[in-house]
Amino acid sequence: MSTQNYYVPDQSRFPIFMAVSLFLLVMGASSTINNLGDADNNSVYILYAGFLSLFTTLFFWFRQVVKEHLAGLDSNQLKTSYVYGMAWFIFSEVMFFAAFFGALFYVRNFAVPWLGGVGEKGVGVAALDLWNGFESAWPLIETPDKGAAYKDTGFTSMAWPGFDKALKWLPLWNTIVLLSSSLTVHHAHVGLKNGNRKQFNVWLGVTVILAVIFVYLQAKEYYEAYTHYGLTLNSGIYGSTFFMLTGFHGFHVMMGGLMLGIMLARSLFAGHFEDHDHFGFEAASWYWHFVDVVWVMLFLFVYIL
Amino acid sequence: MSAVIENHHDDHHHGPAKGLTRWLYTTNHKDIGTLYLWFSFAMFLIGGAMAMVIRAELFQPGMQIVEPEFYNQMITLHGLIMIFGGVMPAFVGLANWLVPMMIGAPDMALPRMNNLSFWILPFAFFILLSSLFMEGGAPNFGWTFYAPLSTTYAPPSVTFFIFSVHIMGASSIMGAINVVVTIMNMRAPGVGLMKMPLFVWSWLITAYLLIAVMPVLAGAVTMMLMDIHFGTSFFNAAGGGDPVLFQHIFWFFGHPEVYIMILPAFGIVSHIIETFSRKQLFGYSSMVWAMLSIAILSFVVWAHHMFTVGLPLAAELFFMWATMLIAVPTGVKVFNWIATMFRGSITFETPMLFACAFVVLFTFGGFSGLMLAITPADFQYHDTYFVVAHFHYVLVPGAIFSIMAAVYYWIPKWCGNMYDERLGKLHFWLSFIGVNVTFFPQHFIGLAGMPRRYPDYALQFADWNMVSTVGAFLFGVSQLLFLFIVVKTVMGGKKATDQVWEGATGLEWTVASPAPYHTFTTPPKID
Repeated sequence: MSTQNYYVPDQSRFPIFMAVSLFLLVMGASSTINNLGDADNNSVYILYAGFLSLFTTLFFWFRQVVKEHLAGLDSNQLKTSYVYGMAWFIFSEVMFFAAFFGALFYVRNFAVPWLGGVGEKGVGVAALDLWNGFESAWPLIETPDKGAAYKDTGFTSMAWPGFDKALKWLPLWNTIVLLSSSLTVHHAHVGLKNGNRKQFNVWLGVTVILAVIFVYLQAKEYYEAYTHYGLTLNSGIYGSTFFMLTGFHGFHVMMGGLMLGIMLARSLFAGHFEDHDHFGFEAASWYWHFVDVVWVMLFLFVYIL
Repeated sequence: MSAVIENHHDDHHHGPAKGLTRWLYTTNHKDIGTLYLWFSFAMFLIGGAMAMVIRAELFQPGMQIVEPEFYNQMITLHGLIMIFGGVMPAFVGLANWLVPMMIGAPDMALPRMNNLSFWILPFAFFILLSSLFMEGGAPNFGWTFYAPLSTTYAPPSVTFFIFSVHIMGASSIMGAINVVVTIMNMRAPGVGLMKMPLFVWSWLITAYLLIAVMPVLAGAVTMMLMDIHFGTSFFNAAGGGDPVLFQHIFWFFGHPEVYIMILPAFGIVSHIIETFSRKQLFGYSSMVWAMLSIAILSFVVWAHHMFTVGLPLAAELFFMWATMLIAVPTGVKVFNWIATMFRGSITFETPMLFACAFVVLFTFGGFSGLMLAITPADFQYHDTYFVVAHFHYVLVPGAIFSIMAAVYYWIPKWCGNMYDERLGKLHFWLSFIGVNVTFFPQHFIGLAGMPRRYPDYALQFADWNMVSTVGAFLFGVSQLLFLFIVVKTVMGGKKATDQVWEGATGLEWTVASPAPYHTFTTPPKID
């Protein structure tokens, strides 16, 4: 039993600032998106203000938590609360991705075959008369209505191109980069636990660099998809699932990379973290491993299968 | 220990800060619980006013009071506000007040995040309500916002709706994480899992459901946003997607959501029936296992909301049987409540009246749910007033009666004063009669074929609609009496004892009434 009392912070301004920031953020985002075509629209500045105050609040909030920790205010019980809190947060993220993976499985196994007249609900559906000659396939390159975005570029898919072209296939490199980053962050963790500060800093730095490389490669892949393959958000359900899944994953990589970068800065410039006491880093590394697992799923279900 | 900690220890004995900033900056679970409860009451009145608009229009066939477009906005906002603004925050408020006291914790595990989860809500609902004044009006596609009604054919305010749902979801997830962590990590030594009060158990399971499904809702509205503004085809068959996909994702969230709104009610009613029967609750562990089974089953029944959209036969059968299976654990709970009352020394104070009405009327709503679960029968009832009657029976005399029961039961602990028993009983009987007069006739008009969500109807439905409207206004007006009773109790009244109720057991009844600003700064001794 700890002899310490559970630390209940006094009044705090951070939450209400955070709530106001979120309000500005979503009001700005909604108005901006609703007026996308309008060049005179200024609501994007509300969005910027929201982002700015959100990050400012987060910075000072986390700084406060770190300070309280360094002052020894948090008992082991509070640390356990952070551990559980982070674990459940990651579970909620898992469920967010589950929605998009669910959408992918549903369209591949049901919606697209049915549209093409295959399967139990594919017989006699109106789609057969509406979009005559549509054949179901995955990846779905030719949409039922051969929509405006459809261009016959001879493009087949982002999928596995065969062994002869494997080395030029970006997703393979992305997989290698991200899987090794999970190893390097683990190596950094081991170093920290053994009290080897240099090992920690170096390998954490390598992890952050790998995160940047991943984001760069992913951006390159998007560029190729848009310019060379004609695969865009507008090119039907294949583009929709492809960009939303990889896009949200890429966004999470950026967030995770940012977290790890902050941990690196804390270690380098403030000398934070002890061999037995470094939950801030641990939470960021859990997040990183989670992002890695999501990528493995993506690699399997979006690219390979 | 160091001086810092000693100082901090002293902090804990001071009372609340003065003025408005107490409520803006608070990290106290009781303050935040109070905020949640008042917020939910405000939303209950706003959503209730919208229900009055709906019922007034339906008083007679033909169009009398509002335009059809505005009627659609009313039914949409009524549903969204009552669910996300009324019932859910009320339960979170009760969790905030009660869970730490019931498990002997000093506060919620993450007090600042607790404040954040509350303060997001007023902003989210400000955005949602402000859409009423936007070009094209408020969302008008029903609270289930099915695509393509909510995508291709939606008013521009749908973007604001999407983002307000996003931040409501963030609030729910943070609130739920806080509850789970509090229950897992903050129990006083000796409060084992199977010794936890049932309200705590019900909230542990509810919070798990919330963390599991609110992100799925976020995913659904994100896909809508992308379909509307950025050209994706998730819910558009022309691009290879499927509007039915929306319904699958929505109801994968929506069905557990239904249990999120009823499981805490189960917990509350178990406590109240136990206290006023002056007997130990019958079948504690079976109550826990029943709630767990209901929570698990809630993930595999979602398509029973979609029997008529053209599912494969195997899916229709699977979801029918899985849905019916839920009747088993629910039946266990109902029989346990009855067995608790059996041979008890029962008295019928207001909380007990609401709890008894809950058992009867919730079971009634459960039975109509069982009828709807029968796939071939659902083909007849689907989207009729029978469905409206069903879910209002489980939500109004179910969830909302349990919230009112909880308020009457625990308000002496919250503010130290007893409520006026005579007025409480009057409120109960007016609500009880009002709710049944409103919703019982809707079973008849539903079975006779009146579709839901229309502002006008055929002449043969006129009589029962008129009855229903009279009942709705009776119920609506009685809630002003509830407001009066609560305010009167907060202002003064007979002083409550610490135990308050003769048969009450549990840690929250061992502290003073009103409960001190900080309870259990050191864990209590539990045998």
